[in-house]
Amino acid sequence: MNIVVNDETRVVNARTLAALVDELGYGDARIATAVDGEFIPGSRRCGLDIVDGMRVEIVAPMQGG
Amino acid sequence: MLFYGTELASPLMLGTAQYPSPEILADSVRAADAGLVTVSLRRESAGARAGQAFWSLIRDLGTPVLPNTAGCHTVKEAVTTAHMAREVFETDWVKLEVIGESDTLQPDVFGLVEAARILSSEGFKVFPYTTEDLVVAERLLAAGCEVLMPWGAPIGSGKGLNNVFGLRALRAHFPDVPLVVDAGIGLPSHATQALELGYDAVLINTAVAKAGDPVAMARAFRLAVEAGRLARIADPMEARDMAAPSTPLLGKPALS
Repeated sequence: MNIVVNDETRVVNARTLAALVDELGYGDARIATAVDGEFIPGSRRCGLDIVDGMRVEIVAPMQGG
Repeated sequence: MLFYGTELASPLMLGTAQYPSPEILADSVRAADAGLVTVSLRRESAGARAGQAFWSLIRDLGTPVLPNTAGCHTVKEAVTTAHMAREVFETDWVKLEVIGESDTLQPDVFGLVEAARILSSEGFKVFPYTTEDLVVAERLLAAGCEVLMPWGAPIGSGKGLNNVFGLRALRAHFPDVPLVVDAGIGLPSHATQALELGYDAVLINTAVAKAGDPVAMARAFRLAVEAGRLARIADPMEARDMAAPSTPLLGKPALS
């Protein structure tokens, strides 16, 4: 499946968002996800299917003002 | 002053960006005795883990966090970012920024009010980064905000309180609303002035992070907000146009 993660095109095997986060190696990192501009809480990642062309954003804590 | 029912340990809110190193950031937060620190969200690659290290540093400091929606230019972006921040930082507090103009980074107050309304209805405790405009302030309060954060000057400009008249009017119109000067403060004296005007807190980032010695500057700001707060409580004298001698004239010898 061809998808875009954080603006980078990737070929992935994962079928769900939860599996994708795992496949990309985030493990137990503190992150949040959005798909096609919509926030997807951690509790919904298992039920969210990966589809071709999907845009996924994965963010983490960062310094801010 | 209570911010959504929570008393902060200090009226100094400190941003966490742009410090020379994580150690200097941590030392600055401690030297400032910050009441809260602002944080953000950015893309993270799985390998880098920079965000995880930052989060562990912030958690160890034990200071309450206020996530921001910095860099968002639309209501949708800001609302989605707030949701992601709530999950990552486990707080429903959010510093809401909806930027309207790239040169001045001034808020898009129309988008701000709309985003504040949506987020308040979803249970967020919104700290809106706004201007000193009284009508916008009214709208933000009606949208559910219980705190207002007017700018002193454009973000990162260090110009201080650009519109003292407007900030004073805002204070006078909303005597019971917690008010924070957010953005534009460059010197400890600016922070003192904000507290002297009756503002409840100031939010500083660049002025500390970009100082030659951030830790020393953090301490200077801690002392500055304390001075301003005490001065406000002490009820300052009224300024006047004419001189008034402080030394008594009575008993002055005739020497001419």
